[in-house]
Amino acid sequence: MSLISDEKRFEVVVIGASAGGIRALTMVLSALPEDFALPIIIVQHVHPHSGGYISHILGAKCALIVKQADEKESVLGGTVYIAPPNYHLMLETDRSFSLSVAAPVNYSRPAIDVLFETAIDAYYDKIVCIVLTGANHDGSQGAAKIHRAGGYIIVQDPITAEADSMPRATLAATPVDKVLPLEQIGAYLLQLINRSNQLRRFP
Amino acid sequence: MMSTAEEVENQQIELQLLLQAIYLKYGYDFRSYAKASVKRRILHRMNTDHFPNISAMQHRLLEDVSFFETLLLDLSINVTEMFRDPTFYLALRKEVIPLLRNYPFLKIWHAGCSSGEEVYSMAILLKEEGLYDRAQIYATDMNQVILKKARDGIFSINRLKSYTMNYQRAGGQESFSDYYTAHYDHVVMDKALKENILFSDHNLATDGVFGEMHLIICRNVLIYFNRDLQDRVFRLFAESLTLGGIMCLGSKESVRLSNISTIFDDISKEEKIYRKSLSLDKA
Repeated sequence: MSLISDEKRFEVVVIGASAGGIRALTMVLSALPEDFALPIIIVQHVHPHSGGYISHILGAKCALIVKQADEKESVLGGTVYIAPPNYHLMLETDRSFSLSVAAPVNYSRPAIDVLFETAIDAYYDKIVCIVLTGANHDGSQGAAKIHRAGGYIIVQDPITAEADSMPRATLAATPVDKVLPLEQIGAYLLQLINRSNQLRRFP
Repeated sequence: MMSTAEEVENQQIELQLLLQAIYLKYGYDFRSYAKASVKRRILHRMNTDHFPNISAMQHRLLEDVSFFETLLLDLSINVTEMFRDPTFYLALRKEVIPLLRNYPFLKIWHAGCSSGEEVYSMAILLKEEGLYDRAQIYATDMNQVILKKARDGIFSINRLKSYTMNYQRAGGQESFSDYYTAHYDHVVMDKALKENILFSDHNLATDGVFGEMHLIICRNVLIYFNRDLQDRVFRLFAESLTLGGIMCLGSKESVRLSNISTIFDDISKEEKIYRKSLSLDKA
């Protein structure tokens, strides 16, 4: 029996955020240590011409490597990937990224639903999906699909959200595993990953 | 109950069979496309037309050419705009136009031109730089329906405001409204812009070189291809370009990961503008 098995309960974290997202993401990511083993893939709604400022802001405030996801790049653990402005970010079955300029989904490009839905093809039920603050309903359909696929859904408590529509839309669209105030999400995620992946490692 | 992994795997098999059927029956080759995007488009059609699964679509597509044509439109992503990424056109004016001035005659290939907005943008730019009259632009796409739209040069008026802003940010020197005539809900591009444009059918996945080019523009097309098909297209472009010829890609595309990277020099790293090396030994 291999100790480093393929049987980990979770292998990726996907996060969707919109209005108020930079502050929320900063709070979640800064709670994670630099040896956090999973890849974290984020769609934050941004203006099409906004450049790469989000990865710089988040990179400065958290211990993990933060970068914009590149076309065909392979997903690595311990790295935070941000969807580039004006492109949809998708996961291929070989766990590499692809990009698309297809029409906006939910008026958004990148769209959270697009990342969430394609994540299932690459990671099946081994997904932790987090929906944070936002003023629309993007991410709710994707989160529902991840739930049906057997993934784990965490939603920011709408009361603690700068804009509560997005967390509320997700709560309306699907049963979720956990609703948490913003300041607890990072620590909870860390605990969740450590606990469940360790259980799997020593069955 | 089937596990998610098994469900995903089954769908991938159905998807591959569908693409194989399209290729065998109609000759369009999507087998080397990046799968995530293709699958989204296919599932979108499946849900819209209430098919129970991908395999059911396969049967329909073999018997019904009009259904195939619908699917073909679904699969070609025809999202574009005039002067898309204005900073690219600024770089083109500053870094590339001076190089093109050296040629007495210019051949330009716009590969994957979609509905033509960016071809007309190029025509406008060449007019303003005084190079249009010596240029021949080949605008190609695999999709005949969309190519007709490009040839017609009729665009919705809704987007004119953002096109005008793009034009100005791209270093436009005139009034953008000089280049079109407005009719109710649409605009018709000035015929003079079309004089030196040849719209024609070309599929990057299956067709070859069709002439020696000084400038190739292929933006936001390669992101839909897998690595092998990307390499094929880069080789095709390298063969088509004259020594010192220019290749322009989309802002998130790069030749640097391909196996013929070394024969291209950077003109603008930021805007993904490359120049085929002047020395033959690199090729």
